[in-house]
Amino acid sequence: MLEVNDLHVSVEGNEILKGLTLTINAGEVHAIMGPNGAGKSTLSAVIAGKEGYEVTQGSILYDGRDVLEMEIEERAQAGLLLGFQYPVEIPGVKNIYLLKAALNAQRAAQGKGEIPAPEFMKLIKEKIANMKMDASFLQRAVNEGFSGGEKKRNEILQMLVLQPRLAMLDEIDSGLDIDAMRVVSDGVNSLRSEERAILLVTHYQRLLDFVVPDFVHVLVDGRIVKSGNAELARELEANGYEGIEESVA
Amino acid sequence: MSDTLTFLETLKARDAGRGPEPTWIAARRQAGAARFEAMGFPTRRDEEWKYTNVLEIARGNFALANDATFSPAAAAALTLPLDGYRLSFVDGIFAPALSDVQGMPDGVEVVPLSQALEDNHEAVGGTLGRLTGVDFPAFSALNTAFMEEGAVVRLAAGCVVEKPIVLQFLSRVNVDKPTMCHPRILVEAGSRSEATIVEHHTGDAEATNFTNIATEMFLGRGAILTHYKLQEAPLGDFHIASIHVEQERDSRYVSHNMDLGGALVRNDLISELNGKGAEATFNGLFFGQGRQHVDNHTKVNHNAPLTFSNENYKGILDDRAHGVFNGRVYVKRDSQQIEGFQSNQNLLLSDRARVDTKPELEIYADDVKCTHGTTTGQLDEDAVFALRTRGLDEQSARGLLTLAFAGEVLEAVTLDAISERVELAVAGKLPERFNLAGLVETAAALND
Repeated sequence: MLEVNDLHVSVEGNEILKGLTLTINAGEVHAIMGPNGAGKSTLSAVIAGKEGYEVTQGSILYDGRDVLEMEIEERAQAGLLLGFQYPVEIPGVKNIYLLKAALNAQRAAQGKGEIPAPEFMKLIKEKIANMKMDASFLQRAVNEGFSGGEKKRNEILQMLVLQPRLAMLDEIDSGLDIDAMRVVSDGVNSLRSEERAILLVTHYQRLLDFVVPDFVHVLVDGRIVKSGNAELARELEANGYEGIEESVA
Repeated sequence: MSDTLTFLETLKARDAGRGPEPTWIAARRQAGAARFEAMGFPTRRDEEWKYTNVLEIARGNFALANDATFSPAAAAALTLPLDGYRLSFVDGIFAPALSDVQGMPDGVEVVPLSQALEDNHEAVGGTLGRLTGVDFPAFSALNTAFMEEGAVVRLAAGCVVEKPIVLQFLSRVNVDKPTMCHPRILVEAGSRSEATIVEHHTGDAEATNFTNIATEMFLGRGAILTHYKLQEAPLGDFHIASIHVEQERDSRYVSHNMDLGGALVRNDLISELNGKGAEATFNGLFFGQGRQHVDNHTKVNHNAPLTFSNENYKGILDDRAHGVFNGRVYVKRDSQQIEGFQSNQNLLLSDRARVDTKPELEIYADDVKCTHGTTTGQLDEDAVFALRTRGLDEQSARGLLTLAFAGEVLEAVTLDAISERVELAVAGKLPERFNLAGLVETAAALND
């Protein structure tokens, strides 16, 4: 589904990713872990199309398409969705507006008409119940005045409505208490399927107790230095990143 | 000066055919005419009119309407879906067939001004024209010279009117000659009374008339008055409004001033806070496209200690539209413990759109809290990105954020019929590619 090959990315002239290679197939859940500053967030930001990242070498293919040639919204419409580490507050835009606009944009890209209002409302009511969110959230401005946990739930709510083929979740676990962690993980787990893939970017192993990955990759200084299964995450939790960094050096 | 004479001759012709009436009203009109004659139309040399050129009005050749004929179906389509009491006017003339003031509670009177003058109603004799008599611009004087149509709203002490009182002004296509009208609204809110007035300007899309409305509002001790002004006049109309508010102790005046229509629009909104505890809230939105020109001048005069004002105006300007905001907060000598807040934010959607914004503070007391801020900018690019990562194309993302920018002011609007109208108008009036009207309807449906 996603093939990242020898990716080099610079921000303001500083090279952050230095030859990252990663393949994600449908049905798989991957976790990228690593110390601060390793470039974890850069990968998902580049895939989503954030400005300010310069790809100097390498490629990203999604279903054989060159992602870097796609508009930001085309990527989303094709099922590549980024869950933000710091979701943006959008004063005045109600959640309900965003959800409907996003869903209809996706449908339009698939050649479908707008979702009928009753069907939309039924869908939304089901998904907010899944995320244990109050219906009043729909009328509130996107993320404005939300707590950290509420923002993250809101990101997952958008995923549940839009059903991405590849969900990239950037530190979705940060700032979550244990109850919110359960709700968010349940939401993420409900996305798991044979047709879909998930990429988790995280600093801590804690999330991976709830969303057990098929593959864990350790990112150090812009490269994947070690890959393994969920067991690798537990080793990292026990021994820290130092051991890995030393073994690489 | 010849421009002024054209208007005065129209006035003279009208008054020639007038039947007997109380002498005081004739005297007030004459004073208005004299004052208008002396002042003439403002020019851009006047500081207050620096950015707004009224030459097109001054050189215009406007007739006075003779009747209030308007297709009932067309009027119904333009009428706000509000459960309230309504007086309607067509090109300024009272239209009984389109009005409905049945079932008003005791203690409130809503009367057409023409009727009140004919009856020599006690509500008008003392107060009418008191706030527009001196020191006001030429348009107020011109209105005074012509005043015979409009509305009188009078609330007895302690009277609370739950349903809104709607004053609807319809502008009509006139084949021979465009018309002008000079409606006068007089509101007297007795002590501790409470009401909502909705002033709604709308009409035939192709109309090209001139409306010069003057409003006087008196708030007695502890009175609460909410005043919505929804101006969605035809895009060829000229619209000048002078609103003068006088507030006694502990009264509260809330203005929601929404400008969507008109070719040339100017609002002067002035509140005099004359008693301790008086409070004025000015909430405004102006939306301009094409070559629309929208000018809002506001003033709050803190004439007494412990008075409060809070102002938030937002402008959205597209194409070659030109917006003007001038907000003045004046604190009289030794009026202590004042709070005055003012904000004007503007969003420019096109390189050729323009806004001139000028906040002014004039303070002659030392124990005051006054702030003002003004920003003019484009949309938040981080938010544009966030929306695009959810699949919205760039133009829709910008459209949605534009709606959101307006939304902040709309949140203060508690009458859904009005906020939805403005919301739809702003979303629908943006360029076609920004049209997100379907979203607005969905949100409304979800509330049901």
